[in-house]
Amino acid sequence: MDRAATEARIATLVTPFNKKGAVITDASTFAGDLEFDSLTVMDFVAAIEDEFDIIISMNQQAEIETWGQLVDAVVKLTHTA
Amino acid sequence: MIDLFSRFDEMIALRETVRGAGREDPFGLVMERVLSPTEAICNGRETILLGTYNYMGMTFDPDVIAAGKDALDRFGAGTTGSRVLNGTYAGHKDVEAALCEFYAMDHAMVFSTGYQANLGIISTVAGKGDYIVLDIDSHASIWDGCKMGDAEVVPFRHNDIEAMEKRLKRIPEGAGKLVVLEGVYSMLGDIAPLKQMIAVARAQGAMVLVDEAHSMGFIGPNGRGVAEDQGCLEDVDFVIGTFSKSVGTVGGFCVSNHPKFEILRMACRPYVFTASLPPSVVATAATSIRKLMHAGAKRAHLWENSRALHGELKALGFRLGTQSPQSAIIAVIMPDLERGAAMWEALLREGLYVNLARPPATPAGMTLLRCSLCAEHTAGQVQRIIGMFERAGKATGII
Repeated sequence: MDRAATEARIATLVTPFNKKGAVITDASTFAGDLEFDSLTVMDFVAAIEDEFDIIISMNQQAEIETWGQLVDAVVKLTHTA
Repeated sequence: MIDLFSRFDEMIALRETVRGAGREDPFGLVMERVLSPTEAICNGRETILLGTYNYMGMTFDPDVIAAGKDALDRFGAGTTGSRVLNGTYAGHKDVEAALCEFYAMDHAMVFSTGYQANLGIISTVAGKGDYIVLDIDSHASIWDGCKMGDAEVVPFRHNDIEAMEKRLKRIPEGAGKLVVLEGVYSMLGDIAPLKQMIAVARAQGAMVLVDEAHSMGFIGPNGRGVAEDQGCLEDVDFVIGTFSKSVGTVGGFCVSNHPKFEILRMACRPYVFTASLPPSVVATAATSIRKLMHAGAKRAHLWENSRALHGELKALGFRLGTQSPQSAIIAVIMPDLERGAAMWEALLREGLYVNLARPPATPAGMTLLRCSLCAEHTAGQVQRIIGMFERAGKATGII
């Protein structure tokens, strides 16, 4: 699965969490631009984990601040899985 | 110079909102005198205590106090040393023996606080390449233990067995797994379906740690906690507990049947690099633990208190953390922090102390007035408490 296809699937998942309908680019931050609190992060991560059958540990989440970094991380995790 | 304290500005603002004009500060209460496990003089006022974790009322037990005084006389005020150097006295071995008797387990290791017990065991047992799978509503000491160690940390939705199982199944082959659960979750006072969760964890090859801080002495036929009550204690690898709740003093512990458990006394840094508990504290704890083994009547009365308060508050129209009374904690859900603080203050003026709990300690951003009952609360006190809640609730518009 290429990066664009992975990003499209994550984009579908983010919709219910993107309450303000913010326009998302690779540089969008979850804490700042998307205003995710810790509970939203947990639910969003769980949705991604279930969709791709992967684990994104909190240690890995700590390295992910932007949308682009998330897509890259999921691409990497699905390739090594 | 950048003021490093600017990161606290949001917290400072929040603190100001809860102690607005003329209000008493919920986070600055002083107990001037403590009259009994259930009564104190707070801010100059005689107050019923309903937020102390003193579930079994052991703080003023005459045998417990006598044991502490005797140890103070015979062993001095403190050990001034680590357990692995000069800080292990006869009393430390005796309280560990008392824990082995209480839980019917092979090994017990005592820490200086319950916080350090979680910090030490979790960070030491799970290492690099291992996975810790834990409930999202876990206590701060569990999260800090995860943060201090090198394992991968994977949380799941509160008490969600399926979410836990899915995550366990995705862990790479060959990695060590530790599932961390609590018997009673202290914010809402709800219990975990430990029997099902531990069965799933076992089937996935995980070791299991259960924090029973809020259930010891009270829940289960012998007061060993929720795992005992649900008949799955033998499948728990590590039970974490504390002396600062039902036992009535301070300290933390881990009990286990693991054959190699004793090596943790050398490997566990929060055990090694701190001073051991004072002799008087371990003497009071040992006496209290052995008395708690035979406290069936007190346990029954505490359940009566919990059922009475839960039922009456619900009937008055308060929103509670659980549909039925599951523990000695009854959490009353407030609409927001400001009205929660007003209700807290109205109760204090009535002569009742409860805990005001707020985010981030609480789940889902809730403000809670958390009540913890004591086996020494009389039925009459419980009725007075209900009257205070009714008046304060109406005065502040909560009900």
